[in-house]
Amino acid sequence: MLGRTARRRREALSEITDKVWDVVVVGGGNAALCAAIEAAEAGCRVIILEGAPKTYRGGNSRHTRNFRCMHQGPLSVLTDSYEEDEYFNDLLLVTKGNTDEDLARLAIRTSESCLPWMEAHGVRFQPSLSGTLSLGRTNAFFLGGGKALVNAYYNTAADLGVEVVYEAQVKHVEIEGGRFQAVAVEIAGAAPCRVEGRTIVLASGGFQGDIDWLARAWGPAARNFLIRGTPYNRGVVLKDMLDQGADTVGDPTQCHAVAIDGRAPKFDGGIVTRLDCVPFSVVVNKDGERFYDEGEDVWPKRYAIWGRLVAAQPDQVAYSIIDAKSSTLFMPSVFPAVQSDTLEGLAEQMGLPAAKVRETVDAFNAACREGDFHPTELDGLATDGVEPRKTNWARPITEPPFYGYSLRPGVTFTYLGLKVDATARVTMEGQKLKNVWAAGEIMAGSILGEGYLAGFGMTIGTVFGRIAGQEAAKGATRGVNSNAA
Amino acid sequence: MPLDHTTQTPAATSQTDEARRQIEICNACRYCEGYCSVFPAITRQRAFADGDITQLANLCHNCRGCYYACQYTEPHEFAINLPKALAEARADSWERFAWPGFLAGPFHRSGVAIAVALIVGLAALFWAAQALKPAGGEGFYAVMSHTIMVSIFTPAFLLPLLAIFVGLRAYWREVGGQPVSLAHLKAAFADAVKLKNLSGGAAEGCNFEKGDRFTNVRRWHHQAVMYGFLLCFASTGSATLMHYLLDMPAPYGLFSLPKLLGIPGGLLLTLGGLGMAVLKTRGEKDLGAPALWGGEMAFVLLLSFTGASGLALYAATGTAAVSVLLPLHLGAVLTFFLLAPYSKMVHGFYRLAALVRDAQQKS
Repeated sequence: MLGRTARRRREALSEITDKVWDVVVVGGGNAALCAAIEAAEAGCRVIILEGAPKTYRGGNSRHTRNFRCMHQGPLSVLTDSYEEDEYFNDLLLVTKGNTDEDLARLAIRTSESCLPWMEAHGVRFQPSLSGTLSLGRTNAFFLGGGKALVNAYYNTAADLGVEVVYEAQVKHVEIEGGRFQAVAVEIAGAAPCRVEGRTIVLASGGFQGDIDWLARAWGPAARNFLIRGTPYNRGVVLKDMLDQGADTVGDPTQCHAVAIDGRAPKFDGGIVTRLDCVPFSVVVNKDGERFYDEGEDVWPKRYAIWGRLVAAQPDQVAYSIIDAKSSTLFMPSVFPAVQSDTLEGLAEQMGLPAAKVRETVDAFNAACREGDFHPTELDGLATDGVEPRKTNWARPITEPPFYGYSLRPGVTFTYLGLKVDATARVTMEGQKLKNVWAAGEIMAGSILGEGYLAGFGMTIGTVFGRIAGQEAAKGATRGVNSNAA
Repeated sequence: MPLDHTTQTPAATSQTDEARRQIEICNACRYCEGYCSVFPAITRQRAFADGDITQLANLCHNCRGCYYACQYTEPHEFAINLPKALAEARADSWERFAWPGFLAGPFHRSGVAIAVALIVGLAALFWAAQALKPAGGEGFYAVMSHTIMVSIFTPAFLLPLLAIFVGLRAYWREVGGQPVSLAHLKAAFADAVKLKNLSGGAAEGCNFEKGDRFTNVRRWHHQAVMYGFLLCFASTGSATLMHYLLDMPAPYGLFSLPKLLGIPGGLLLTLGGLGMAVLKTRGEKDLGAPALWGGEMAFVLLLSFTGASGLALYAATGTAAVSVLLPLHLGAVLTFFLLAPYSKMVHGFYRLAALVRDAQQKS
């Protein structure tokens, strides 16, 4: 049996290595799949080299849930309209202008035609999820979430005859004279091999899974970061391209990072590890001191900055403390809160200096004023006479039992990436490579210089994945013609 | 909760605890909200008592959409397999509510037990046909008299109904059911007639026999079985009424009500049941309750056999084969009735009760 399996594996491997593929797609998430589907529909023979095993295929896409989409009128599950300028302004606000306007507007404009394309290729949408009503107009939610989207695309790709190889780690992209020739791949259970292609689409994500690389960029603090998504995005291909002189965009210290439950797994905790209690709480660091306005804005608009805030605290940890009256105001958390009838008891259970926590909370409570509390809107119920201020939802923490959650920075994806043009073409030392395109998180830094906009990662992946696939298909056809000539 | 009297709460089983662990993770995620009624029901609560788990378990139709969409299935450390967890909690609840309880385990879990019950049922009918052979009579009443049939099937019909009622009452108490209104029933039946919870929301059906691809094949087969069964039941009911009220005893012609209901009913039941059995061999065992697989398989085959033997009996009208086919068919019907409270058949009653309860909680 074993012998036969090994032979079959060798045969399967030779089927991959014996031919020259029209399009080699590196990576197996949303952007990679969009590229593969587009190229296959253009008649190309396409191979997807996915680094993860089948159960973890799809990169970070399997943790996503929606797609931010421009629309000039009601579209599928999206209500009302969300025009280009409003969308672009939303992007400007979060990136503080740190974006490429042409590429950003291209992504935004193209998103509108992507939604029907997604539906035509098996993706199903639903109205926004409970607890996310603020996104009902701007974001189309995937029925079943991102893994359902990934499954739909893999099925569509299979029907189009796309070859998919799992546990296939691309180690090196061979580029000679500005032209891609082949990739060096390590496929699980096989000797290292070469896969040749006429064109290549790089869609293998950021490098956040490589903690050492994060630590080189961020310093040792990065070792305390949690990675919310796939551990398979280690930036192997990105680093290989950078080493060969590919042009880059983005700052290695910039990433999409949020504050998540400190008890989350090191990798792949995904959506359930988020904590929505911060606006109703007092947040202290490990020394029992407050360090930022917990009530600055509604949580969906602030959760992305708290990743950096917590990262700047000693040991990259913080503690959110609420009392009984706030315990049901936010989405349930996956890990139960630490609970105690006294503040001191809670502090002790969380390993915090009890006397200091008592002092901090007492000072905060003394600064709270009478007023109307509205959990779902900015209510202006602010503190008076405590630093830092809490500018909304400031109610004294007095009613037992007290609940506590630890917070840690959770990295979603890194922004340092490959520089691309409007056709998703990769450049090296200022020169366009002849047959190399990039899509998804590996190039998202071109548009997201900093900050994050919910559902925009999937927009970039879909728009540039499709463009890269179409362009690679054209390139492959041209390549055939020129070889024939 | 008042403390001046002791309320009987069932001891939480490991199935209940495992389902609760997974449901709490689901409630922090909510990506599956669009698939079926289970997830909106989860989001209405923050904490889950044992009765809540029982309700959610019986509301689940095992479409498996949530499993294939889940980012937390094994090897992820959260190890989510909600279709399995709910299937096991559901089976556990049926066994707890069954009355008398000792009968539930073997027939839910063992295909052999059902086969043995069928042989006993058939033997009983063959014995009755032999020992109590009527002196006269027309059609199949020449094989077995109407009186004998009635005296066998009246208790064989009413006793299981009583047992199911006792079980449902215990269910209703555990899930905290309220008085039922017409609106609740309407909502529940509207879901059941379309089998809405196997539609996958906007997706096309469930993820049963083709992995993560959606198909409506199982939904159609289930509806064939359900409507086939109901048509057969209506056929027998109409014949009973015709016999007693209109003084029109069997046999009935092709264009009589019992035959117009019974023939399509028998065909749907037979073919739907076979289809369900074939699908069952293709579905992933571990996304249901693996221990129940044999009992479930034997149950759908028994249903199919009941339909097929009924059709064969009709086809053999006027021939000598009736003397064999009649006890064969009636033996299958008898077994099916007697096992109803203790076999997969009972899922229909609890499922409907869960849909009624869900309608109450939504309103």
